[in-house]
Amino acid sequence: MNTTKHSTKLNRREILFSLGAGSMALVTLTMLPGLARADKTAADAEIKKILGGKTAQDGRVTLDVPQIAENGNTVQLEVAVDSPMTEKDYVKAVHVFADGNPVPNVASFHFTPASGKAVAATRMRLAKTQNVIALAEMSDGSIYSTQAAVKVTIGGCGG
Amino acid sequence: MRRGILAAALGLGLSAVLAGPAMTEQSQWGPYQVGDVRSGYTYAAGETRDMQDDDFVNPAMLWVDSGAELWETVDGAAGKSCASCHGDAAESMAEAGTKFPVYFEPSGKMMNLEQRINFCRTENMKADAFKWEGQELLRLTTFVRNQSRGKPMNVKIDGPAAPFYAKGKEFYETRRGQLDMACSSCHVDNAGNMLRANLLSQGMSNGFPTYRLKWQGVGSLHRRFRGCNKQVRAQPYDYGSEEYVNLELYLADRARSLPVEAPAVRN
Amino acid sequence: MAKSKPRIKLPAKAAKGEIIQIKTLISHKMESGQRKDKKTGEKIPRQIINKFVCTFKGKEVFSADWHGAISANPYMSFYTVATESGAYEFTWTDDDGSVYSKSAKIAVS
Repeated sequence: MNTTKHSTKLNRREILFSLGAGSMALVTLTMLPGLARADKTAADAEIKKILGGKTAQDGRVTLDVPQIAENGNTVQLEVAVDSPMTEKDYVKAVHVFADGNPVPNVASFHFTPASGKAVAATRMRLAKTQNVIALAEMSDGSIYSTQAAVKVTIGGCGG
Repeated sequence: MRRGILAAALGLGLSAVLAGPAMTEQSQWGPYQVGDVRSGYTYAAGETRDMQDDDFVNPAMLWVDSGAELWETVDGAAGKSCASCHGDAAESMAEAGTKFPVYFEPSGKMMNLEQRINFCRTENMKADAFKWEGQELLRLTTFVRNQSRGKPMNVKIDGPAAPFYAKGKEFYETRRGQLDMACSSCHVDNAGNMLRANLLSQGMSNGFPTYRLKWQGVGSLHRRFRGCNKQVRAQPYDYGSEEYVNLELYLADRARSLPVEAPAVRN
Repeated sequence: MAKSKPRIKLPAKAAKGEIIQIKTLISHKMESGQRKDKKTGEKIPRQIINKFVCTFKGKEVFSADWHGAISANPYMSFYTVATESGAYEFTWTDDDGSVYSKSAKIAVS
């Protein structure tokens, strides 16, 4: 589920799949940027709460999500934060948001120095094509963030 | 839908051409491809295959676990569990997942695994039959079929099964519904092509009961049949109907030699 | 729902100081609160597992807050440093107040 695995797993058939999907249904979604951002204000409000006046810095956080999700019901998500995870310097929490979902909150993961490494994986629902945002709160109070776009196909033929 | 396929053919003409060489790389899919026969696994996204590959990531294993409990659970007037007669399922059910549906002499018809389980319940355990597509029947069927995981599909289609196989084949090739499509329209004529955002597979049955992302749970092959039938706007048949059991027999033969994957994970 | 047991994977043995991966699965519909009843048109009330906690000898090693966007039959994986032999305790808290729990042992040398 790490980034490397993800990229090596993208074999020729999947590239074809992406091309195919892109040339078909996804076009209609990407042509409606306003729709994909409909709930972005809700996500922004939640993110502001986490930031508490601070500014999020880029880097240190890796978000592993598929570029194209086969089905929005079950989208794999892994977050990893670069940190020594010692008593003095560790990741306290990672908060995940989806800016196009009716409720933007997805999950918060709480780590401790006993975590060894700040990596967590779960599966989430994405209502449509949108951005997934991760904010990492460090033990020194700094915040790092990253985001990734996930295209959601209207998948699953047959009832 | 026809327009969809047509559009798919136009939009993906390029992909179809490019897909040619990829199809011949048979070793790429290991046991999931036998000759030209490809499991639905080979059409699934990498993330979906990852979910199936790890028994602690595959959510359908929760059904296997709870099915294992049911296997040991005494029920009915006879005071028996499955295990009372069949002992360790790993041994007694090792082939069960490969050979159903089987010809059942007392009824003079084919019987699938779900029906066999319910036959045992009503006749041997003197218990109530489990409801079709209810969680108990899904759990127990998934558990039993999982005992054959990795073994090649090996259904009998000769002898008394032959006329039922012929009926199943006829069903598969008969156009139906307002969209006037047969099973074969998608899964033979257009396997590997896109139907809107979906990549059409060969429609192999070796992974059922299957965890579908769409369902967010485990469902039976007959639920899938009903979904397909509704999709072409045809009246679906009942769970466990003779039509579907015969179709299941034909599909089991189409998937011959592919490994039992139950429980698979699919879109 | 409470009948269905969670599924947990962690190594049976580990060396002291080794970082181990823990994988968990639990059966739950995770009703998001966003779906409508097809017959009545009314919203189906939210019922999810909202909290997952893993402790070792009474101390929290990892926890997660889950919202309605977490998929049915939730999966959660994370890491921890193996320090000594003992049992990890896992709890899942439902919106209705039910708590599902399981433990898994590890031998550390």
